[in-house]
Amino acid sequence: MPVISITNLTKKFNGFTAVDGISLEINEGEVFGLLGPNGAGKTTTISMLATILPPTSGTATLCGHDCATATDEVRKCIGIVFQDQSLDDELTGRENMDMHGRLYGMRDELRKNRMNELLKLVELEQFADKQIKTYSGGMKRRLEIARGLMHHPKILFLDEPTIGLDPQTRRKLWDYIKAVNRDERITIILTTHYMDEADELCDRIAIVDKGKIIALDTPEGHKKSLGGDVASVECSEPEKFAALLGKAKLAKKANVAEGGKVIATVENGGEAVPKIMALAEKNGIAVKSVLVKQPNLEDVFLHYTGREIRDEEAGEKDRMKGAMRMHGRR
Amino acid sequence: MTMELIQPGAIYTLWLREMIRFARSKSRIAGNFTMPFLWLVVMGTGLGASIQSAGGTSYLSFIGPGVIGMSILFSSIFSGVSVIWDRQFGFMKEILVTPVSRVSIVIGKIAGSATISLVNGMVVLLLTLLVGAVPLSTLTAGHMLVALAFMALIASAFVSIGLIIASLLNNTEGFQLIMNLLVMPLFFISGAVFPMDKVPDWMKTISLIDPLMYGVDGLRGILLGASRFPFLLDLAVLGAFCAAMVAIATYTFSKMKATT
Ligand SMILES: Nc1ncnc2c1ncn2[C@@H]1O[C@H](COP(=O)(O)OP(=O)(O)OP(=O)(O)O)[C@@H](O)[C@H]1O
Ligand SMILES: [Mg+2]
Repeated sequence: MPVISITNLTKKFNGFTAVDGISLEINEGEVFGLLGPNGAGKTTTISMLATILPPTSGTATLCGHDCATATDEVRKCIGIVFQDQSLDDELTGRENMDMHGRLYGMRDELRKNRMNELLKLVELEQFADKQIKTYSGGMKRRLEIARGLMHHPKILFLDEPTIGLDPQTRRKLWDYIKAVNRDERITIILTTHYMDEADELCDRIAIVDKGKIIALDTPEGHKKSLGGDVASVECSEPEKFAALLGKAKLAKKANVAEGGKVIATVENGGEAVPKIMALAEKNGIAVKSVLVKQPNLEDVFLHYTGREIRDEEAGEKDRMKGAMRMHGRR
Repeated sequence: MTMELIQPGAIYTLWLREMIRFARSKSRIAGNFTMPFLWLVVMGTGLGASIQSAGGTSYLSFIGPGVIGMSILFSSIFSGVSVIWDRQFGFMKEILVTPVSRVSIVIGKIAGSATISLVNGMVVLLLTLLVGAVPLSTLTAGHMLVALAFMALIASAFVSIGLIIASLLNNTEGFQLIMNLLVMPLFFISGAVFPMDKVPDWMKTISLIDPLMYGVDGLRGILLGASRFPFLLDLAVLGAFCAAMVAIATYTFSKMKATT
């Protein structure tokens, strides 16, 4: 049963279309990912669903309530962790969570129990009574997730939950997210532009670019959609060999990647290796290595958009956001 | 849409947050008392030495209620405008995405900020009593209660003005401009620090549209027993003004965007 139904959802900012007629259904208990580069419209989409921005056109219902007209009902059934920090730095972790519970009308006893339960989940019990301004970026993120879960939402939005965090902290956050989805049956919608994150967490992934969904499938489905494996060949004369691979119908598509390797989409990786070797020998090309692997989401994104998901500029922006999160505010 | 507009639990929560933040901001507390202290002790004594009498009382007594009004004005506008910071640092989003009505959020914010201003005003009142600006001998507990209630009214009115400004502005750069264009004129024209009986007519007339004038005049009526207008007139004008400001603040706030 879909817990979220979105029909032609569109958002324009002074004529600029940030979200362009998105339609999809998200099922109860699902972990759904919006994967896309900077500026794809992920945050704008979430903001409309979470009643922060009114849609320009189109509709979305969450738990049966329209996000544009039944805002209070929608707000009661969702929790959200914003892309940018939204904690009160002067308050302690516990105070931030307690305030949240109070604003949702939770009774004292319930609030206290829930708070302890969640602080334990995100392993912040020892820091609960310290002010947020003493927290690290990862601790703040964990507390925000715990806070978003305080009022037992049916749907949890996570906007770039691990942006700017170190690999270890990211793994921890992934574990919490999985636990919440598994133990509390909460539907999770997360945005990310990390391929590994989408792959690891999501039941289904919508690849978004320029406000549109360009592909929607399970992670496996996305990879299969390329119809084969990816062979990466290190050799002399890569340009020439890429062309040869295409001509010999060994590869559906062969490009020379940045490192000078030939990246080719082949039907069956195992069988392709000897054929590749034979072709190289016949044409006097020296092969140093052949690596055959299943396509990852990066390859999928490249396939659909012709671009890599993270360009230089985006990487820079990321680091800045991460740094800001680390240094906190004020 | 079935939610009731006034949600006491939520209002209390938002009030509580302001209290906790206030209690933790030591620099803000100290800063709030520097100006009133300088006015009372330095100006009151210094200028008081040359100005023998202002409207029948000593200059020090005269500016006592004026300095209380001033401190309430400054701290109220400042707290109201702090909504800009909440928006900039993202906390406003967290509040706006809860099922709390916009009306309750505004009331909670006004209640919290006005309480802080009132506490400031009370400390300055204490200071005026200590330096002998306001004669304790003629004041009853009743006077004190009326004075506190009246101070709360002044605070609510100016906190609302701060909120209106905050919901219309989307950055903190305009803040200095507001201080210079609005707060300072309100303070000077109110007759907080000089009597209105000897000034030119044009100034007398302008002062009639300054809400702080009624606030300070009302405080003089209660605390000194001497004022330009009858206390009930001051109360009526300030009460009506405050109600209008709260209404406008509620309106502009509910139209405000969650982020800058
Ligand atoms: N309030 C706004 N006014 C004008 N344009 C906006 C506004 N908010 C977003 N945009 C634009 O809409 C587009 C989508 O922005 P959005 O924040 O949704 O992207 P995103 O996918 O979340 O990107 P990121 O990975 O950087 O968070 C961007 O081009 C952005 O500049
Ligand atoms: Mg975003």
